[in-house]
Amino acid sequence: MTATSWAWLVLLLPLLGAIGIGLGFKLLPAKIAGILGTATIGLAFLCGIGALLCLLGEGAEARHHASSLWDYASVAGLNIKLGIYVDPLSVFMVLVVTGVSTLIHLYSYGYMQSDQGYHRFFSYLNFFVFSMLLLVLAGNFVLLIVGWAFVGFASYALISFWYRRTTATRAGMKAFVINVVGDIGLVLAAFLIFREIGSFDYGPVFEQAPQVFHTNQWSVTAICLLLLVGAFAKSAQLPFHTWLPDAMEGPTPVSSLIHAATMVTAGVYLIARTHTLFVLAPTAADIAAFIGLATLLVAGTIALVMTDLKRAIAYSTMSQIGYMIMGVSIGAYSAGMFHLMTHAFFKALLFMAAGSIIAAMANNQNIDDMKGFGKAMRFTSITMLCGGLALAAFPGTSGFFSKDEILAYATARGGMYTIFTVLGYFGALLTAIYTFRLIFRVLPGKPCAEAQELIDNGHVAHEEPRNPATGEVEDTDVGFPGAEHHIAEQTPAMKVAMGVLAFLALFAGLIQVPGVDETVTHFLDPVFADSPLAAIVPSVGASWLGLAIGAAISLAGIGIAYWLYVLRPEAPAALIRRLRPVHTFLFNKWYFDELIDVLVVRPALAIGRFANRVFERFVVDGLVTGTAETVRGSGGVVRAVQNGFVRSYALLLIAGFAGLALYFLLSSS
Amino acid sequence: MEAVLFFLAAIGALGGAIGVVALRNPFYSVLALIVHLFSLAVLFLLLTSAFVAAAQVVVYAGAVMVLYVFVVAYVGGGGESAWEPIPGQRILAPLLALALFVELSIAVLSSALLALGTHGPDVPAGFGDPAAIGRLMLEKFLVPFEASSILLLLAAVGAIVLAGRRREDGGAVIPSGHSAPKARPDGVAAPPSPGVTQ
Amino acid sequence: MNVEWYIVLSALLFTTGAIGVLVRRSPMVILLCLELMLNAGNLALVAFSRMVGNQQGQVFAIVVMVIAACEVVVGLGLIVALFRRKLPLNVDDLRELRG
Repeated sequence: MTATSWAWLVLLLPLLGAIGIGLGFKLLPAKIAGILGTATIGLAFLCGIGALLCLLGEGAEARHHASSLWDYASVAGLNIKLGIYVDPLSVFMVLVVTGVSTLIHLYSYGYMQSDQGYHRFFSYLNFFVFSMLLLVLAGNFVLLIVGWAFVGFASYALISFWYRRTTATRAGMKAFVINVVGDIGLVLAAFLIFREIGSFDYGPVFEQAPQVFHTNQWSVTAICLLLLVGAFAKSAQLPFHTWLPDAMEGPTPVSSLIHAATMVTAGVYLIARTHTLFVLAPTAADIAAFIGLATLLVAGTIALVMTDLKRAIAYSTMSQIGYMIMGVSIGAYSAGMFHLMTHAFFKALLFMAAGSIIAAMANNQNIDDMKGFGKAMRFTSITMLCGGLALAAFPGTSGFFSKDEILAYATARGGMYTIFTVLGYFGALLTAIYTFRLIFRVLPGKPCAEAQELIDNGHVAHEEPRNPATGEVEDTDVGFPGAEHHIAEQTPAMKVAMGVLAFLALFAGLIQVPGVDETVTHFLDPVFADSPLAAIVPSVGASWLGLAIGAAISLAGIGIAYWLYVLRPEAPAALIRRLRPVHTFLFNKWYFDELIDVLVVRPALAIGRFANRVFERFVVDGLVTGTAETVRGSGGVVRAVQNGFVRSYALLLIAGFAGLALYFLLSSS
Repeated sequence: MEAVLFFLAAIGALGGAIGVVALRNPFYSVLALIVHLFSLAVLFLLLTSAFVAAAQVVVYAGAVMVLYVFVVAYVGGGGESAWEPIPGQRILAPLLALALFVELSIAVLSSALLALGTHGPDVPAGFGDPAAIGRLMLEKFLVPFEASSILLLLAAVGAIVLAGRRREDGGAVIPSGHSAPKARPDGVAAPPSPGVTQ
Repeated sequence: MNVEWYIVLSALLFTTGAIGVLVRRSPMVILLCLELMLNAGNLALVAFSRMVGNQQGQVFAIVVMVIAACEVVVGLGLIVALFRRKLPLNVDDLRELRG
């Protein structure tokens, strides 16, 4: 079996799962559907391992293969194949995606047990994994766009999974529309690439790009900027980020898989994959890095004041992806990809833990109401702590090694890029603070009512499910969350998934310790070897210095959070009172939603109204009814000739005769 | 001499024509037409068409006009109202007809037919005599001659049918003692009418 | 006399008859004006026959006279029929065939 055959299997299995579960939802009992869904992804993961082993068996230079099944379109210079591209970068992404997806499927097997839409959920989830793998394995830009669009659809389907809630459907539409804006950028970039280079396949494009473009030529800058539009829309960076917090309307496994671990990292993958073009357009790369930095800081500040548990974690995701984008834009490719991997672990874990807590709170997501779950849910709180430590880059955890590696690279690149280091560390401080704000508010302290009920009776709080927008009682048929909620302590499947992720969150960093073993860097080297930026390697000393600074900042952040939320619980309220305008500004998410409403939504609606009232009525209808009226009018005129008076008919006769005589006179003269 | 006669006859014809068109009372119009016809007969004579002139007087002015007089006496001559229901008719009609006249005149007067500018060839003595016309009609134009006589017959029959009275069931009354019943789909013959009616 | 005088006179009489047909409303008078037009045609025929020098035009004129007579007969018959049924003797009022 070659690497590409393993890769085709990786693609095939989730697709079969999606179709099988989707079509057989009446035949398959729920449990079997869940097992089937998880198994397909698990098998895909094993095939990914197979592909990895095949690649490792070859020399470093030979580790890229393209394979195509058939031609899509082969006409007039256009040659699009159904082709995949297997190289270390795609295999890395495949392993991350399938690995985390398997665990999340396992989690959903338990968490979504009483949801009536169980089969639909697993079908959609499998389809999502298939699309993400298609995106990652695509060997040409066309298939990339196909995977990109499928992922957007899967995200929409899963966000609006509980479709009877208007909040969910609106959030789904918002996500989809913003994704489409990104799609436009991506498609235009593909067009430009084809126009300049003449091919869509990765191999020819990246080989010929350095010859076709010279540095900072407007065409390659335009291509990169358009690619960035696509990447930012998918990865929820400024200014296309407003869909991500609303996407938390979907079930928790969806948030954890799509909006933490995999889909939102597609932008990072895109920039890493097209790094050859970004090297040729340093301006665009710098713009990307600055936007990543800006997102990092903006999202970090918003997460400080968020009171909805899942939304706070969503902003944290946005912030961390800012790190990744920053990383791959300034040249820290393997560091960025490594952070992608570790972030997938601990963010997915955090979402899972949050899901467990929210289930215990009977779907109430407000952290103001949560307290004291440390005692009530031991396992959940331990895993949450593991995830939080990794997120805050506590020394020794995976997040520690990955995040600080990016910042060390920025220092090594020097010059303007030290700004990234400084502000990156500030962002790390914010990260630590808001992460432990969440942990210290939810876990320790006197248990709240729901937590107390868990401690006393082992009974999960239950409330009539209510539509969050209207407050009316929902019926728990398809389209709503299930009647019962499942917490990790009571569901073995959830426990296994969370346990594995906790272990990875804590210890996965050890594969990339600077100076000791840099497996990720070595593995991804051949992919990025053609970039001059990859040659900038921070020295081991500088890396350890960066790690030390990072450790200090992380501990400082945890300390601040501890002081604010455990030692002096009344201090945050006083701070908010003092800094009320700042707090309002941050609480309203920097007013981005309102800004986009004014800049984009209102003009679009106004154009629509104009089109309807003016253009449609006067121009289109005018043309159509005008034509009809003209015909009717001329018909009326002609009809007037037939008035029934013989004498007028005779007049016409004479008139015709006179005319004829005139004609003959003129023609014979 | 000939010119004088021509102009006199022309004035008569024209006057008669204008009289027909302009006079309100139909009876007067009929009389004007008779004047017109006589003038035309004179014109025919000027053109050495004796037989046609005679036929004009005897047939046209004699028989047809008498018919007209009968009908006008029967029907009565009412005037017409002055209001014209068709907009523009009173203006357009003379205009167009005049245009037609102008075109015809131009066609005639500017025509390359040189013969029009002459009197015509010298004709033999019996030109236009009944004998000559009769010979033509019975030799060369026999078929048209016979066809027109059939046409006369048809017209006469048609006139009788048209002017006869209608019975209640829609059949016609022909004043010969019989009646023509209206045809029925089932082919049943209608009962005969009780006697001659007029 | 030049033949063209006769032709022009015939045209004049023809147009007079045409005006009469178009302007008058009584069927009687319209028939009379039709006679005018026919006679104008006759005049033209006879004039041309004189110009050409053979008598075929005159025979034609006789046939036209026959036709005029037939037409008058039928037309008057129609008028009498109209009068009998007490319909208005006004061409404008008989317009069942309107569009």
